[in-house]
Amino acid sequence: MNDYTYEHRKYILGAAIIIVFLVYIVRLFSLQILSDEYKSAADSNAFYKKTIYPSRGLIYDRNGELLVYNQPAYDIMFVPREIKDKLDTLELCSALNITREDFEKRMADVRNPRYNPGYSPYTQQLFMNQLSAEEFAMFQEKLFRFPGFYIQKRSIRQYSCDAAGVILGDIGEVSPKKLKEDNYYVRGDYIGTQGLEASYEKVLRGKKGVEMLLRDAHGRIQGKYRNGEFDTVPERGKDLTLGIDIELQRLGERLLQNKIGSIVAIEPETGEILCMVSSPSYDPHILVGRQRGANHKKLANDKRKPLLNRAIMGTYPPGSTFKTSQALTFLEEGIITENTPFPCHGGFVHAGLRVGCHPHPAPLPLIPAIATSCNGYFCWGLLRMLSSNKYGKVQKAMNVWRDYMVSMGFGYKLGVDLPGEVRGMIPNAQFYDKAYRASWNGLTVISIAIGQGEVTLTPLQIANLCATIANRGKYIPPHVVKNVENDTLASQYLTPRTTMASSKAYEPVVAGMRQAVLAGTCRAANLPDIEVCGKTGTAQNKGKDHSAFIGFAPMKEPKIALAVYVENGGFGATYAVPIGALLMEQYLKGGLSESSKIKADEMQKRIIYYGETER
Amino acid sequence: MEKRRGNILQTIDKPAIILYLALGIMGWLAICGAGNSYLKSDILEFFALTERTGKQAMWMGISFIAGTVLMFIDKRSYEFSAKFIYAALIVLGIITIFISKDIKGSRSWITIGSFGIQPAEFMKFGTTLALASLMGRYGFKLTDYKNFLKCLGIIFLPLIVIICQNETGSALVYLSFFIVLYREGMTGIVLLSAISAVVYFVVGIGYEPVMFEQLPVSVGHYAVTAIIQIFAAGMTLFWCRDRRAAYTMLAANVIFSLAAYWVAVYLFAFNILIVQYALLVIDIVYLLLRARIGREGKLAWTAMFIVVSIIFFHSCDYVFNNVMKAHQKVRIEVLLGLKEDLAGAGYNVHQSKIAIGSGGLMGKGFLDGTQTKLKYVPEQDTDFIFCTIGEEQGFMGSTFVLAVFVAFILRLQVLAERQNDIFGRVCGYSLVSIFFFHFFINIGMVLGITPVIGIPLPFFSYGGSSFLGFSMLLFSFLRIDAEREK
Repeated sequence: MNDYTYEHRKYILGAAIIIVFLVYIVRLFSLQILSDEYKSAADSNAFYKKTIYPSRGLIYDRNGELLVYNQPAYDIMFVPREIKDKLDTLELCSALNITREDFEKRMADVRNPRYNPGYSPYTQQLFMNQLSAEEFAMFQEKLFRFPGFYIQKRSIRQYSCDAAGVILGDIGEVSPKKLKEDNYYVRGDYIGTQGLEASYEKVLRGKKGVEMLLRDAHGRIQGKYRNGEFDTVPERGKDLTLGIDIELQRLGERLLQNKIGSIVAIEPETGEILCMVSSPSYDPHILVGRQRGANHKKLANDKRKPLLNRAIMGTYPPGSTFKTSQALTFLEEGIITENTPFPCHGGFVHAGLRVGCHPHPAPLPLIPAIATSCNGYFCWGLLRMLSSNKYGKVQKAMNVWRDYMVSMGFGYKLGVDLPGEVRGMIPNAQFYDKAYRASWNGLTVISIAIGQGEVTLTPLQIANLCATIANRGKYIPPHVVKNVENDTLASQYLTPRTTMASSKAYEPVVAGMRQAVLAGTCRAANLPDIEVCGKTGTAQNKGKDHSAFIGFAPMKEPKIALAVYVENGGFGATYAVPIGALLMEQYLKGGLSESSKIKADEMQKRIIYYGETER
Repeated sequence: MEKRRGNILQTIDKPAIILYLALGIMGWLAICGAGNSYLKSDILEFFALTERTGKQAMWMGISFIAGTVLMFIDKRSYEFSAKFIYAALIVLGIITIFISKDIKGSRSWITIGSFGIQPAEFMKFGTTLALASLMGRYGFKLTDYKNFLKCLGIIFLPLIVIICQNETGSALVYLSFFIVLYREGMTGIVLLSAISAVVYFVVGIGYEPVMFEQLPVSVGHYAVTAIIQIFAAGMTLFWCRDRRAAYTMLAANVIFSLAAYWVAVYLFAFNILIVQYALLVIDIVYLLLRARIGREGKLAWTAMFIVVSIIFFHSCDYVFNNVMKAHQKVRIEVLLGLKEDLAGAGYNVHQSKIAIGSGGLMGKGFLDGTQTKLKYVPEQDTDFIFCTIGEEQGFMGSTFVLAVFVAFILRLQVLAERQNDIFGRVCGYSLVSIFFFHFFINIGMVLGITPVIGIPLPFFSYGGSSFLGFSMLLFSFLRIDAEREK
């Protein structure tokens, strides 16, 4: 039954096992008893890989003004094994101005493996973080009384401006989740958590260096290993220059004080964002230092959500500002010409449906229709497009319309270099088929012609619409960062995109917007000796109407294109137009005239009451 | 059979159990040593379930209970259910790829509450049973290539599944089943080729940049040609059993090599590799002639071996120098010890060697290690657990641990050999092979001999699944051994 042919192989295998065993014993002998190299290790010298942190990149505004820099902060560390019973707890508490309970809690947290998985009584543990220079100085005088306590210097962010908090963002300790995903970080490292700090994390952080040090058995540093042969030098993070004009940003935040809303201004030629305001805003200084935690909590719990960047995360009905995009679509598709008139009998009245309009002479051709913001005109236009035989079915027409809108940057993220951008909403045929069980026509969806109904855009998309008009059909996706030190921008921020409307179609729209400033709905935007073009918007919603404005100037070779959106501000002309005018003046003239300064102060003081509901 | 069930605990092999318990206890103490938050005064802290030592103690308890339960499952049940256990574990392994969380690239953990389980650790058990059941069939001959392919399938299926879980180290363990196949009659050429390939690569590439002092010849190349000559002579002697041919070849090779070396160093320098290759060609011709005269196929195969060896080595050399990208080369160079890479992969091994080296003869004493305490050695309670032993117990302690381990493996080999059927023997040898492979790679890695492949040291490394998996393997075999007919 048993086959003995291979019986001898058991000796070969047994011998192999024993040979390996003997080889390992010899190796152990040479390592532990013979080796000279490890004899020095027998004195318990050992390597310590010390990380050298690079300084984080600085952030400048477009005029070279420093916005964000680094400042030292001090963490108090301790080695549990070294303090044992020698610590005068009361003295420590009074030196650090904390209570006895606070002290006990901190000690317990350090030992809790859930909060501190890398705990070891032999290494430095964090006791308290981010002491300011003054607090540090006070504590350092008494440090000798607390053996086992050490000070570790760290670098945190500091701001030289009180604006743009939500764009600049924030750094914080790296989360356990991120630690698992990315091997670059170790516990306690800082990482960008919001805004530019997050989206440009890899550029700003630089590259850590390593120092190979020798330590003795007590962890004391004895010097560099082989004179630093294996050390690597840290690489400083790259500096960012923003497209933001900090003066413009500051003015924008001032003007939106006590109101909820958003402003985005873009340099049309480059797509650089000149200012991006989301109101209520906050002063970035309050998120630095020991008060950071409390202040952050306060901001996060605020009903008006100051941490939300409404310019890219809020979606709103664009209202009449959207009519410009409609005019372009109808012109390019040949639905209308510049001279096509449409009637308006106090609004759009057809087949029992009525969309109201304000009183104005009728019928009107395109340019005055834009200038007076005639609802009737654009409703007729859309109805004519959606029921045109050119497309066959309403679904086809709808999707052509959708393609135009998408080409103008709506309905999808524009790809701004900030985290959290949302895409807004541009409906398509499938959407309405589903909503109305395929039985719908131009009349059903007529309100999208005037920027109401299902259409929603972010303020950034509205501002970008204005930039495409200023550029007559081209745009570079808007971006905050103008320049990265020794590096080029991502190619998407350098290559222009074109809309589906030709530059010829843009001329009457521009003329209409110019007319609106001269003799139409936004006369308040008129600036002496600058040709301003503009379009108001008054977007209906559940509460009071939102006040909106888009404008660019000068008409030829525009330097600034902006969108202002004030929640529940009423007519476009009430809030958005004067704010837009002040900002254009500030940017184009480098400051405000005396009379404008008074207007700005008045605007800053105007309050819109929003009640207590969450926004 | 029925009668014996009552006293199955008496017939179980006591030396194996004692060695197992000794390893388990030493392993647990080593984990205590590798831990970092304990003070000697707090003995109870070691058993707190929040600590790794506590968790490990719990898993050891579970393993022992599981082992006891396994003692009541008789051999026939294993023979009957081998296929199903194997299939179920493979399916579980595949499911794991999709449901597990990504932990640093590895997808091998199923987490239940705060405990994680690695199905890969149990797949060895299934593979052992499946292999034993296949080979234990009546009339099974490994030399039949269909049977051989079936065996390969059983071994490589779990291996591939585990590679998909991104646990290359654990997957390589399955290669140890080739030792079982060798014992059961697989031609030794397979193992010899594998070993030679590794040796050529390590020696040839590793010492390629080293030159002879007086000659422009790479020591690595020269050494490989010499090794091929020795292997060829060895094969002729042990495999072809042609003593005369073997000695003739060995003598000729040694004499001419030394003569060429002498001439090159003292008379005039020339490329002595030419002589080496000439000698190899002469060996080939000689073997082929002798094969023809004596009608001995094995000699021809040996000649073939020389040819393949030369081709293999040169293609490796070519691939390494001309095809591989810089970073791939660096990884291999670090692995072969050509480059010190203290900031990267070499760091662990270097720290580990220092920790062990600092242990000296007697060690620093239990819980008094400093290298491991200061966290110089990463993975100090899992893959690099042996560091702690080396540092705290010194040469004496480490040697003792190694000796117990080897005694355990050899005892298992004795048990495997005393089985009176193939099923039992294959089970036994699977155990021997798995434990030996882990022992070989893990200790070798810590000592800086074998490459850094992340596999645990059985019964020592922290990890519940691995302890349970190894215990199940052991206990099921001990039951099989206990019920063999004397």
